[in-house]
Amino acid sequence: MIVETGHFALALALALALMQIILPFWGARAHDGRLMATARPLALTQFALVALAYAALTYAHVVSDFSLVNVVENSHSTKPMIYKISGVWGNHEGSMMLWALILTLCGAAMAAFSRAIPPRLLADSISVQGCLSAAFLLFILLTSEPFARIATPPIEGNDLNPILQDPGLAIHPPLLYLGYVGFSIVFSLAAGALIGGRIDAAFARFIRPWTLVAWVFLTLGIAMGSYWAYYTLGWGGFWFWDPVENASLLPWLAGTALLHSASVMEKREALKIWTIFLAILAFSLSLLGTFLVRSGVLTSVHSFASDPTRGMFILGILVLFIGGALFLFMLRAPTLTGGGLFAPISREGFLVVNNLLLTAACAAVFIGTLYPLALEAWNGSKITVGAPFFNLTFGPLFAPILILAPLGQLLAWKRADLLGAAQRLFLVAALGLVAMLGFYALQGGPVVSVVCAGVAIYLMTAAFAEIWGRVFPQGVRRSANALARLAGLPLSAWGAALAHAGLGVTLLGLAATGWGVEKITRIQPNELYQVGPYALQATSVDSAEGPNYREAIVHMTIARDGKTVATFDPSKRFFRTRQMATSQAGIVTLNLGQIYVAVAEQNPDGSFDARMYWKPLVSLIWLGALAMALGGTLSLADRRLRVGVARRAKLPANLQAAE
Amino acid sequence: MTRKQKRLTLIGSALGVLALAVGVILFALRDNVVFFYGPGELAEKHVGPGTRLRIGGLVKTGTLVHLEGKSVKFEVTDGKGDVSVTYTGLLPDLFKEGQGVVAEGALDTAGVFKADSILAKHDERYMPREVADALKKQGVWQEGGPAAQGTTPTAATTAAGASK
Repeated sequence: MIVETGHFALALALALALMQIILPFWGARAHDGRLMATARPLALTQFALVALAYAALTYAHVVSDFSLVNVVENSHSTKPMIYKISGVWGNHEGSMMLWALILTLCGAAMAAFSRAIPPRLLADSISVQGCLSAAFLLFILLTSEPFARIATPPIEGNDLNPILQDPGLAIHPPLLYLGYVGFSIVFSLAAGALIGGRIDAAFARFIRPWTLVAWVFLTLGIAMGSYWAYYTLGWGGFWFWDPVENASLLPWLAGTALLHSASVMEKREALKIWTIFLAILAFSLSLLGTFLVRSGVLTSVHSFASDPTRGMFILGILVLFIGGALFLFMLRAPTLTGGGLFAPISREGFLVVNNLLLTAACAAVFIGTLYPLALEAWNGSKITVGAPFFNLTFGPLFAPILILAPLGQLLAWKRADLLGAAQRLFLVAALGLVAMLGFYALQGGPVVSVVCAGVAIYLMTAAFAEIWGRVFPQGVRRSANALARLAGLPLSAWGAALAHAGLGVTLLGLAATGWGVEKITRIQPNELYQVGPYALQATSVDSAEGPNYREAIVHMTIARDGKTVATFDPSKRFFRTRQMATSQAGIVTLNLGQIYVAVAEQNPDGSFDARMYWKPLVSLIWLGALAMALGGTLSLADRRLRVGVARRAKLPANLQAAE
Repeated sequence: MTRKQKRLTLIGSALGVLALAVGVILFALRDNVVFFYGPGELAEKHVGPGTRLRIGGLVKTGTLVHLEGKSVKFEVTDGKGDVSVTYTGLLPDLFKEGQGVVAEGALDTAGVFKADSILAKHDERYMPREVADALKKQGVWQEGGPAAQGTTPTAATTAAGASK
C-alpha cells in the first residue's frame, strides 16, 4: 500500500509539474498576479509529493520488501541499515528518483526564497523549472519505474554491488546531485530572464547565491568521489580522468567561470551575455553528465544496467533543453546592451582572462571525453583518451589561472595599475620562489612537483595578501582603523581568499604526489619493509565475519626510527551473495601524508602480495577542496549575497573603494 | 583606449586563448590516443612493437602462469585469435580465467603483449564493454554467456564494464 501511494504521488507530481509549466507562464503573459502566484504552492507541493514517493521507495528498501523488482535486484536482508538507505540511490531507478527529488527541492527552494526576484521573472523561471521536473518525472515513470512489482517475490535479494557498500559512496551521490541539479535554478533563472528579455545587474545578484550553493556541493561531491576512488579501488590513485569524473568536472569548471563572471556583472553590469551563456552552459554540462553516466554509452560502475530507450530519452531531454535554451539565447542575446566599459588591465579584464582559460580547459576536457564516443560512432574504431592527453591539455590551460588569479585580485575595477599590483605581489612571488628552492633542496624529485609546490605556496600566501592589502591599504597610515577595516571586511572577501587558498592547498597535495613512494611486493609475516620514512610490518593475520561478507584481515604496524607510531588493518572482503571480493585499503594519516596498503589474497606459504605507498601531504588534496567549499559557504553567508535580501547592504565608502 | 580598441583587445585575447586551446588539444590528441583491438584484429592490423594500445578479450582457461616475482603470463582470446600477455604487478581483485579483461601496454618484438596495466572490473556480472563488443563482433558472444554468470534477471542484457 505504501509503495502504491509512492507511485501515485509520483504521477501526481508530474501533473503538478505540467500545471507549473502553464499557469505561472500564462500569468506572466496576462499580467495576472494570481496566476503567477500559483508558482509557489505548485513547486512546494510538487516537492512534497516527490519526497513522499522517495520515502515510500526508501521504506521498501528498509523493510526489504522483495516484491519490488528494484529491491530484489539491489538489496539483501542482511545488508547493514545504512546501505539499505543509501542503496536506494545505488541503482538506476533510485538514483533518478534522487535526481527528481533534488530537482523539485530546487524548484521549491527557488519558490520559497525569492522575495527579491521580480514576480514576472520568477513566474517564467518557475515555469522553466516545471519543464525540467516534468521531463525527468516522465522519464522515471515511462522508462525507469522504481515501483514495479514482481509476480513471485523471491525470499532473498541480490544485494547491492559490494563496491557501493561504503560510507563514502553513501554520501557522494547526494552531494554530487545537489551540485549538478543546483545549477538547474541558475539555468531556469537565465531562461526566465531571456524569456522576459530584461537582464541587468540585479539578475547577477539573483543567480550568485544559487550558483554558490551548487558550486559548493559540486566541489564536495567531486572531492568525496575522488577520495572514495582513492581508498576503495586499491590503486592509490585519486583521479583517473575517467569519463564519469570528467562529467562532473565539466559543470564545475563552467560553474567556477560563472561565479567569477557573475561578480563582474553584478558590480559593473558588464559581461551580461557571457554570464547568461555560462548559466546555461553549467546546467547543460550537468545534463550531459547525466546522459553520459545514465545512458550506458560509457562503461563504468555508474552506468548500472542500462537499456537503449533510457539513453534515447535522456538524449531527447538533453537536446530539448540545451537546444531550447541556446535558441532563446540566440534570439535575445543581440538585444542585450553592453554594460560598463573597462580597460584590458583591470579586475574585469583579468576575470575575463580567467573565464576564457576556464572555458578553454573545460573545452579540452569535453573533447577528450567525447572524442572517443564520436569516433566510435563515426567509423567504429575504439580509442581511449587517457591521462596523458588531459595532463597535456588541462595543465597548460589551467596553469596561467593559478599565476594570474592573485594578480587579478589586487587590481581595481575599471582601470588598474598593473605595475603597482605586481609590486605588491613581489614579496609573495619571491616567497613562492624561495619555497620552490626549499622543496628542491629538501625533496629533490621531479621538476613539475617542485614548481607546482612553489606555485601552491604563492597562491596560498597571495590569497591572504589580498586581505592584508585591504586592511592596510597603501597610502593610509598603517595603524589607523586597521581593526575596524578588518572587522568591516565583507565575508565574501574572506570566502574568496579561503577558496583561492584552498586551490593552493589542493595544488600542493597534487605536487607532493611526485615525492611519493610506491612498493609493490610480496610481504612475509613479521618482516620489516621500508616505505618512505616508515617501516611496515605485518604482525598477524585474522579473519572476521561481517553482516554480509567474510573478511581476511592483516594486522600491521608502522614504525619510524624503531618506534611504533600506528597500527592498522588492511583487509579483503568476500561478499557472499555476489561472490565478489573488495579490497579495504589500510590507510593511516601521518603528518598530512598517508601510508596506504592494499593486500591481495594470502598465498599458500602465508605471504601476501601487497601494494604499499607512502603519499606525503596527500590529504591536502581533499582538505583543499574542503577549504574551497568552506570559502564558498562563507561567501554565501555574506549579507549582500544572501538570498532574499533585496537591496545590497550599504558599505562604508572606504571599503567600496578598496574593492 | 577607445571602445573599439577595447573590444578588439577582448576579441584578440579570446582568439588567442582559443588558438592556444586548439593547438594544445590537437597536439595532445596526436600522440596520446590509444587504440583498442581484440586479439583477432591485432593479428590482422600488424601493429608494430612499441605502439601503445589496449587489447581485450577473455582470459583463456588454463593459460594463467605465475612466473617468479609478481609476474604473470596468460593468453587473451576472442575466439578468432590469441595473444600472450605478460604483466608484472598485482592483478585486480576480479581477474580470473574465463573472465573478460582489458590490458594496456605494447607488443614487444616477439609479439608478446607487455601490459603495464590490467583494468579491473567493478562487478562480476559486468564485462568491459570493449570486450563484449569485440566478442560480439567475433560471434563468440552469447547473451547469458560469459558475462551473465550473475544470478540477476538483468545480467543477461548487461554488458557494461568498468575501466577504473
